[in-house]
Amino acid sequence: MKLIRELWDSLIESLVGLGSVVRFLLRLVIEAPRALLRLDLISQQIYNSGSLSLVIIMLSGLFVGMVLGLQGFQLLQRFGSEEALGTAATIGLVKELGPVVTALLFAGRAGTALASELGLMRATDQLSAMEMMAVDPIRRVVVPRFLGGVIAMPLLAAIFSVIGIYGAQLVGVQIMGVDSGSFWSQMRSAVGLSDINEGIVKSCIFGVTCSLIAVYEGYYATPTAEGVGRATTRTVVTSAVVILFLDYLITAAFL
Amino acid sequence: MAIRKTRTLNLGTGMFVLLGFAALFFLTTQTTSRGISFASPPHYDLTAKFDNIGDLKVGAPVSMSGVEMGRVTKIAFDPKEYKAVVTLRLDARYNQIPTDSDAAIYTQGLLGGKFIGITAGGAETYLKDKDQIDFTQSAFVLENLIGQVLANFTKSSGQTSAAPDAKPAAPDAKPTEKSK
Repeated sequence: MKLIRELWDSLIESLVGLGSVVRFLLRLVIEAPRALLRLDLISQQIYNSGSLSLVIIMLSGLFVGMVLGLQGFQLLQRFGSEEALGTAATIGLVKELGPVVTALLFAGRAGTALASELGLMRATDQLSAMEMMAVDPIRRVVVPRFLGGVIAMPLLAAIFSVIGIYGAQLVGVQIMGVDSGSFWSQMRSAVGLSDINEGIVKSCIFGVTCSLIAVYEGYYATPTAEGVGRATTRTVVTSAVVILFLDYLITAAFL
Repeated sequence: MAIRKTRTLNLGTGMFVLLGFAALFFLTTQTTSRGISFASPPHYDLTAKFDNIGDLKVGAPVSMSGVEMGRVTKIAFDPKEYKAVVTLRLDARYNQIPTDSDAAIYTQGLLGGKFIGITAGGAETYLKDKDQIDFTQSAFVLENLIGQVLANFTKSSGQTSAAPDAKPAAPDAKPTEKSK
């Protein structure tokens, strides 16, 4: 009986959490058009979450692409169709690995930065001070960070995919000796715009998810050193689980 | 100082956004068949009618002696002859294909995609734009071949087991080998 009671309570608690995240998202969306007037704030946040994540995204993209080239070659060679390597690598990168790995890295690199920054602002009462000065901290601080992440994420995913394709090409064509012409021409005949679309839709949704979770955890962090730490951890863990879950849903929806 | 800092910041942001959109542009144009071709090279179209095209797709290569000369641009159906009408777009450089050449559908590798191979004939006149290749050979359909092999196999194994000199063998032994 007690167990059921506790389960019920935790269920209600998680529903409350979900509801408050969704309400926070609605608030951000309502404030977004006015925040768009302050393009300088947004561009600074694009720099923070986008440009500063470029190096890790490009390096990971290169290695993921190279591994894909190696593994794909090994597998396809058994069926005597190494030429399909370009198709396999591109579809894998554009539809799955690009958006998902980028989102996971983005949550680790940019999401934690956002959460700890906002958490520290909360802990040092900077957000309350803004409210005292009649500056809405959501509009001035949170929305630009959110929008910066939302804009940066699809671009990062696209860069990841392109670098990955070149990584696969490097291993497949330069090292393993797949014919470069059939690598590209088979890719072109097999990859459609709908595949690219799926990747773009995924990365946009992941961008919203990652940024939302990061700013939510940061904004509502417990105002202590420990609370900021916990907000950062929860950002990464929640983002990773939600991204992988959403990835399944979107893939199923696109089939 | 502050102005210079803003300037580098804007530069970094701008470069990132530019790179991102360049990547998106690359993905949409270079990895798909619907890419933007900046200058369409001179070409001419031929048609060929096949009984069965298998899984030939639009965009499949057209080659002669293994050299790619063009692509399949359209696949239609002729309701009068019940045949598939395939439109081939060939590069204008290769405009000396004899009129009695024949087109056949081949498979790349064992299970790869289909492509059209043209074998030159001996005529003195050459195919021109909108001409039709009259001699065609349909796609090799794996299912039909497997069906034939299976039919032969069951027929021959039926004969051997009915043969009077067949020894009673273990039930999983191959009957065709036994008869030799």
